[in-house]
Amino acid sequence: MIPNPFETAKETVDVAPKVADEVKTTTCYMCACRCGIRVHLKNGAVRYIEGNPDHPVNKGVLCAKGSAGIMNHYSPARLTKPLKRVGERGSGEFEEIEWDEALALATEWLGEVRARDPRKLAFFTGRDQSQSLTGWWASQYGTPNFAAHGGFCSVNMAAAGLYTLGGAFWEFGEPDWDRTRYFMLFGVAEDHDSNPIKMGLGKMRTRGDAKFVSINPVRTGYSAIADEWIGLRPGTDGLFVFALIHELLRAEKVDFAYLGRYTNSAWLVIDAPGEADDGLFARNENGDPLVWDGETGGLHPALSATSPVLAGARSLDDGRKAVPAFELIARRYLKEEHSPEAVAERVGIDAATTRRIAAELAEAAFEQEIVVDQPWTDWLGRKHDKIIGRPVSMHGMRGISAHSNGFHTCRAIHLLQALLGSVDTPGGWRYKAPFPKPIPPGPKPAGVTTAPNTPLGGMPIGNPTGPEDLIVDDAGRPLRIDKAYSWEHPLSSHGLMHMVLHNAWAGDPYPVDVLFMYMANMAWNSSMNVPATIKYLTDKNPDGSYKIPKFIYADAFNSETVAYADLVLPDTTYLERWDCISLLDRPISSAHGPGDAIRQPVCAPDRDVRPFQEVLIDLGARLQLPGFANEDGTPTYPGGYPDYIVNHQRSPGIGPLAGWRGDGEGGESFGRGDPNPDQLDRYIENGCFYAQEFPDDAQYMKPFNRAYLDYAHKLGWIPSAEPIIFQLYSEILQKFRLAAQGHGAHQPPPEHRDRVEQFFDPLPFWYAPFEEAALDGSAFPIHAITQRPMHMYHSWGSQNAWLRQITSKNRLFIHDDLADTLGVQDDDWIWVHGHIGKLRCRARRMRGTNPSTVWTWNAIGKRKGAWGLSQAAPEASDGFLLNHVISDLLPEREGGHRYSNSDPVTGQAAWYDLRVRIERCENQSAEGCEPAFEPLGDAASPPTLQYGSGVKADPRGTTGVPCREWIGNRHEYAASVDGMADGHGGDAKPKLKAAE
Amino acid sequence: MTDLPDRTERKLGLVIDLDICVGCHACAVNCKEWNAGGHSGPLTDTAPYGDSPSGVWFNRIHTFEVNDPETGTGRTVHFPKSCLHCEDAPCVTVCPTGASYKREEDGIVLVNADTCIGCKLCSWACPYGAREYDETEGVMKKCTLCVDKIYNDSLPEESRVPACVSTCPVGARSFGDLGDPDSDVSRLVEARGGVALMPEQDTKPVNRYLPPRARKGPPPQEASGTSEDRAPRMLNHDSGERDGAGLIARWIDRALSN
Repeated sequence: MIPNPFETAKETVDVAPKVADEVKTTTCYMCACRCGIRVHLKNGAVRYIEGNPDHPVNKGVLCAKGSAGIMNHYSPARLTKPLKRVGERGSGEFEEIEWDEALALATEWLGEVRARDPRKLAFFTGRDQSQSLTGWWASQYGTPNFAAHGGFCSVNMAAAGLYTLGGAFWEFGEPDWDRTRYFMLFGVAEDHDSNPIKMGLGKMRTRGDAKFVSINPVRTGYSAIADEWIGLRPGTDGLFVFALIHELLRAEKVDFAYLGRYTNSAWLVIDAPGEADDGLFARNENGDPLVWDGETGGLHPALSATSPVLAGARSLDDGRKAVPAFELIARRYLKEEHSPEAVAERVGIDAATTRRIAAELAEAAFEQEIVVDQPWTDWLGRKHDKIIGRPVSMHGMRGISAHSNGFHTCRAIHLLQALLGSVDTPGGWRYKAPFPKPIPPGPKPAGVTTAPNTPLGGMPIGNPTGPEDLIVDDAGRPLRIDKAYSWEHPLSSHGLMHMVLHNAWAGDPYPVDVLFMYMANMAWNSSMNVPATIKYLTDKNPDGSYKIPKFIYADAFNSETVAYADLVLPDTTYLERWDCISLLDRPISSAHGPGDAIRQPVCAPDRDVRPFQEVLIDLGARLQLPGFANEDGTPTYPGGYPDYIVNHQRSPGIGPLAGWRGDGEGGESFGRGDPNPDQLDRYIENGCFYAQEFPDDAQYMKPFNRAYLDYAHKLGWIPSAEPIIFQLYSEILQKFRLAAQGHGAHQPPPEHRDRVEQFFDPLPFWYAPFEEAALDGSAFPIHAITQRPMHMYHSWGSQNAWLRQITSKNRLFIHDDLADTLGVQDDDWIWVHGHIGKLRCRARRMRGTNPSTVWTWNAIGKRKGAWGLSQAAPEASDGFLLNHVISDLLPEREGGHRYSNSDPVTGQAAWYDLRVRIERCENQSAEGCEPAFEPLGDAASPPTLQYGSGVKADPRGTTGVPCREWIGNRHEYAASVDGMADGHGGDAKPKLKAAE
Repeated sequence: MTDLPDRTERKLGLVIDLDICVGCHACAVNCKEWNAGGHSGPLTDTAPYGDSPSGVWFNRIHTFEVNDPETGTGRTVHFPKSCLHCEDAPCVTVCPTGASYKREEDGIVLVNADTCIGCKLCSWACPYGAREYDETEGVMKKCTLCVDKIYNDSLPEESRVPACVSTCPVGARSFGDLGDPDSDVSRLVEARGGVALMPEQDTKPVNRYLPPRARKGPPPQEASGTSEDRAPRMLNHDSGERDGAGLIARWIDRALSN
């Protein structure tokens, strides 16, 4: 029939076209959260990425970053071929070379150093998810100078947790979202842990029976949906927590039984001022710590005591006095100086609010106690017929960590959790496998002795247990380039990547010959004091040679750092590679059970690039490193990274992947077993992950739970099945303090003594962040902090076409009242003065921020010409970094020494200590943010991007199937909404018709 | 100028929970990637790597503060916005060519790119600003409620739901037939007191927003003043001493029996 030309044409929608030729699973790497994804491929290109519903981390959801993976994968900023520098550093002048030449050059540089002095290689790997490989490579090479980015990320949080609870927030634990009744979120946490926190908050609020308190100077993101926002002053979280502890102790609202059994509260601390063991635990001849046992009325080994007493001085067998650690805790935090009234002004929170929060905590923990009828047995064989839950949970991350008092503040939070008896109980904060581990986990760091062509004799990163474990020479001087594990930062469990460039430039403690870095933007947003950092990279000796002689850099994208490298090794995107997300590193476990995962290549690279891990294994073989090359010189892993993932064994039967181990029939064993040649296929069949659940009696109370401890020991996660008793009073810290007081064989050099003595307090304490303490408060009266927007957090190379449409410029947010004082209106240009320099940016007013605090979105500002952006990109002209005014060093001390601007215990970069002064620019017609740097290039942007036109679906002309409805948080609603079917999302269990 | 159907068999739409939206943009970006290759794709981006990058998005999140000058309290609000698939959609009736239309079977409002002349009348007519003009292609685009996804049996079953819904990390988005009072989404709207956006515009939007729940915040008297006597003292301070010596003495002989 001929259509009537005067009738409106009707569209026939093909509602069920064939979308993909193939769907492959893999693991996201748009941030560090390790979600499972399904990648829909069409015509060899990526059509659509969605969350994998079966995956234990994200259960089908996917954040903005993960959803923007397509634009990351096809970014014009991708590097395409190995590059050799031909111009001056920073000029961006390179010549493209072949891989053979690149690898030969790298092998020559690295081999020469290894044969002479392996320490002269500094190998730092940024946002590396393969540290069990890269750290081992460094160890086999023989350099102690290895770490990833943890030192400028959140080592305060990690170390405080590991030295107190044997676990830590985010990576090694999570709130019991299903049962918690009171959740406290400390500081900027978005987006660690990206999707799991959002899923948990959504479920918790939908359930409606919990209170969510956000303690954060800024009310954005998660804080926006909190029941209550505590907008305290940056760096005062510790004072706030101590005031809560003060109140709880005064009201005796602490879990005495929990403290007595599961923490070292009852352990007797020797009270012998001036003696070498003052402040250490009283121990018997076997070295067991002692408690006073109320039943027997005598001293008793702590781990087998049945009625430990928490207070009262006791006489030891040698006649000296000792007091239980809890009494020291009580004495300290009951002091008036920790009362809500005493801290109110400094914290910026009135005493009434603090007291009420304390009361609410007590109410949630003790009046809303959860009883789970699950028998379990503790380490002494005592049977418990139920599990008592204290449903208060907490989480903290960068906001706590990035202050120079962050380690002690985070320990204070753990002390609060323990006082409430909530750790690893139902409704509390729970460990994720393979944690808990001994406090602290082994091994200790290696690296005191190094020798040409010789492996290190241990892993370069570890956890010291006393002064004897430091990586220092006989005079107490640092032996690592970043001064990690030195008297300046003894418990720097993640190293200090942020100090490497400065120290290598200064030759302090020594110069390096080769700098080898991966996936960290050290010439830009990953360094404090960017202008100085650029100088470190470009400064020359009188003979014209660079002070940092050779710089090898591996990355997938043309970041600001690439321009300074001498040799660039181009990496693939995350969709083009193998990877393992290993229990030896940072796996995908949850509180319910262990899990690990892989990445598989879902696309072949269209450029001459290679996965970094593949390159590293290749270099290991070329350098003939033990473990990477066989005795006959042939490569141990000729199949590259996947070969290593399957066949490498760190100890017999234990390798990078725990699932489907065992050769021969089945390949079914978990945790231990021979390499299974089909292991990767098994992972792929299962969606690229393995997960299992703990037995019911091993789900909670894990540090003290016989069933759990045996399980973990069998899998090799803990060296023995001994209980893990919380170290609220840290004897390890006291050992350092004693050394500073002149005791023992390993003592700090005189110039560091006062500092070590002050900051190695065995109990958490608060001190003003260093920059605040050092500067004249009236000259720099304002705190300045940053946070990364959720749609970009931890997202390497997220400078992609879609995400930058959401945020491509940033403003400095200022409280209305402060803005009024400064005479600043929205979009006004302002000068921000720090003590090392100033920057110009634009302002935005708001109310939801602490009145003495300004803040901005981090890492939006880009250097002109980097990241494949045109020079007109707003990121360069209307985006800025606070980094430019954050000092990498603290002000000079007596003798001219300058410490890193870091936590004195862990070396954590103190990003959020920044203090500034603000003034409105006289010239409001200013052209762009300052400081401005020389452009790095000028990529021309195409006028348009029409992604999707090449991946259109094939029509099928069918009507498809009926659609299903979907209820977000369906399971939580099913309990409260009449007639709502239970289930998940669109998967509803059949409704039971009410009897009629 | 274009007729709406007298009635639709179903009223498919979204239910968006403003109580738990954290403004993460997951919905917007997952929508963008699905629809870039979907029914109305591509969703053109201009100056993608240059100045003023902008493009076609079916879903945008607005973040703003709501402040109460009287109490000094305020709230940060994240508000995701997309087409509400109105029953009396003015964007359809204003369309001179019939390109903008509402489907009889499910009520989804779509644009037929073949007959759209890019006159933009619909974007003027829509009170919600939910239409997106693709300058490059010269046609109007908008949320399709993932019409090529929700019925699509070439996809895994769990994927047959609008992209913004299944991807939402906090679970703030639900989807279903809001015309069926017995549907789970209708029950949800009923239970949470879901509201229509700007009902005074008389467009009868299908989508619903769930308002923020009451917050378990400070009691009112505390919010309006900070004096100590107004603060609740829920804890039992039975020791009047400020250094805790008496308390510690009490604990000395307290053995913890296991």
